[in-house]
Amino acid sequence: MNNRTQKFRESVMSTMEGWFNPFFTKELNPLYYLGALTVYLFWIVLVSGIYVFVLYESSIFGAWSSLEYMSNELWWSAGVMRSLHRYASDAAVITIILHLSREFILDRFRGFRWFSWFSGIPLFWMTALLGISGYWMVWDTMAQYVAIASSEMMDWLPIFTEPMARNFLTNDDMNDRFFTLIAFIHVIGLPIFLLFGIWIHLLRISRSIINPPRVLAIGTLLALVVLSLVKPAVSHEQANLDMVPVDLKLDWFYLNIYPLTEAWPMWAVWSLVWAVSALLMILPWFPVKKRPPVAQIFAEECNGCGQCVDDCPYSAIMMEPRTDGLPYDEVAVVHDSYCASCGICAGSCPSSTPFRKMNPLITGIDMPHESINMLREECNKKIEALEGDVRIVIFGCDHAAELEPFKEAGMAVVTLPCTGMLPASFIDYALRRGRVDGVFITGCMENNCHYRLGNHWLDERINKDRKPALRSRADRNRIRIFRAEETDRKGLAEQIAQFHLYLEGYRGKQEEEVGREEEVSENE
Amino acid sequence: MSKASQIIGQMIFYGVFIAVVGYFSNSPTYTLIEPKTALIIVSLAHTSEPKGKCVKQTPEELAKLPPQLRLPVVCPRERSPIVLELEMDGAQVHSETIVPSGIHRDAAGYTYQKIKVPSGKHHIRVKMRDNIETDGFNHVAERHVDLAPTEILVVDFDSKHREFIFE
Repeated sequence: MNNRTQKFRESVMSTMEGWFNPFFTKELNPLYYLGALTVYLFWIVLVSGIYVFVLYESSIFGAWSSLEYMSNELWWSAGVMRSLHRYASDAAVITIILHLSREFILDRFRGFRWFSWFSGIPLFWMTALLGISGYWMVWDTMAQYVAIASSEMMDWLPIFTEPMARNFLTNDDMNDRFFTLIAFIHVIGLPIFLLFGIWIHLLRISRSIINPPRVLAIGTLLALVVLSLVKPAVSHEQANLDMVPVDLKLDWFYLNIYPLTEAWPMWAVWSLVWAVSALLMILPWFPVKKRPPVAQIFAEECNGCGQCVDDCPYSAIMMEPRTDGLPYDEVAVVHDSYCASCGICAGSCPSSTPFRKMNPLITGIDMPHESINMLREECNKKIEALEGDVRIVIFGCDHAAELEPFKEAGMAVVTLPCTGMLPASFIDYALRRGRVDGVFITGCMENNCHYRLGNHWLDERINKDRKPALRSRADRNRIRIFRAEETDRKGLAEQIAQFHLYLEGYRGKQEEEVGREEEVSENE
Repeated sequence: MSKASQIIGQMIFYGVFIAVVGYFSNSPTYTLIEPKTALIIVSLAHTSEPKGKCVKQTPEELAKLPPQLRLPVVCPRERSPIVLELEMDGAQVHSETIVPSGIHRDAAGYTYQKIKVPSGKHHIRVKMRDNIETDGFNHVAERHVDLAPTEILVVDFDSKHREFIFE
């Protein structure tokens, strides 16, 4: 996919996300927490499900009537819980589809991300099976329809010798063991597989966000409770295998495949299921994304501090005992196939300071194609070329608002794969070059970093909450951070203009600094 | 944007969200079968007769065999295909040949077929041939039924008593 297409796709997504920001703010935008919301909905389903199961009777005569009792006699407790159980399950389908679509649109499913995408597809089917098996337990006419239609689907596969559907020929064929089996599958088997699947899904993601912000969680729960009270989930008539159910109020989130089994031949239905699954699973390799070079360790510059391990968003770096005789216990090692080539590790390395006299500058961990040395050379060159009364260095990233329009006389624009690759010392370095009045930092929006954590880490380094921190001597008044996506280019231009104006009138610490030029040249 | 506007905006979002969840959770209604239609399910699990004749072993032949293999009658392993036909009011509504299961086609044959028919009074006739050696159908049953709308009539075969059952 070319860069223009990708920019367009990012712009479409950014526009949609932008609709939510005015109301939810960037910190609480639900589109940034679709995965976490899905996990949260799973917990609601689990808790409400346990509550309902305590009162549920897993028998041929008790299943339907126990649920009727809950909905009619205990509507304010078990009835609400039953509705929550259903609606949270339905909501999870929406968040899963949105999550999947968003990652697809943003091209966040190929290359190093293939594993999360690939392991997410079975989760989707497991969720579907969990939902479908839940409807069997009600044993109303919809359960009857779902049980028979599911059996007929299974019977088409060459798995069972005797058709499964023969278990539902007459009411006399049914027995309590059926409900014990379904309860085991729905309450224990599938949820355990699902939890295990979620664990695998997140295996290559460090510091994964599995809980949405509290405000969003409360809002979602309240909304579902309101829906449960306004429109409680109820059963159909009790199942009767002597009659065909006529009108069914299907849950289209989970049962949408079944009407197809009536309209299409079974081979066509299964072909659709397998084709969609196969397509989704092979998508990360169509076409194969050309991978940039992965992070490289320069062991002689690595002091084994482990900061890169801590900062890597994809668990691609680990520490191992060193054998090169240097007086440090460990050395960083990169797991190539996990590496996103974001450069965040280079930004986190204490050796990545441009003040070092070494030329070329070699750091502990670096990107071969966009090294810290190249970054220093680019900064030097662009700062030297700065003209005008107010001179600003803009640091941005490749995945946010286009910075090309800001390449004008008083601006030096430096873009990185991720702003998390920017060692905070570069801000100090730029300010101490004498020709720079301010440093403007932009890039992906808060909570929406293309590489997950890069912008967050840089902010923390500037605020001295994270190592390697920006030194206290750097005048924070000369630093402005404004994250902007492609759709917010106008806002970005306004912020840069305001910063420009501000710097025109600002005569703070910089004038008071003595020997600045000398120190810089000395360090060079 | 003021806090009040933000809260109103969020409430609208949540409102739309639960409206979508609430609607598709049980709408639109799906009609599975037309009201004046009934359903006949023809289903059986039946082990048919061996494909070929059983042969009585002579005492001489038995004597040549090891003791554990001395069976007085030896039958072919493969079972006959089962031919099944269903007629309603004199017209054939279903016909199939069921192949016995198993790699050697030596196990039971199974079928499960659904046939939608108009409700009301009908004459049902079901025929089965489960022995390739016989001419014509060796199991036949018929019944006058009055099917209520959406009623299900199951036509099964009781292998133990070797007769069709209508449930």
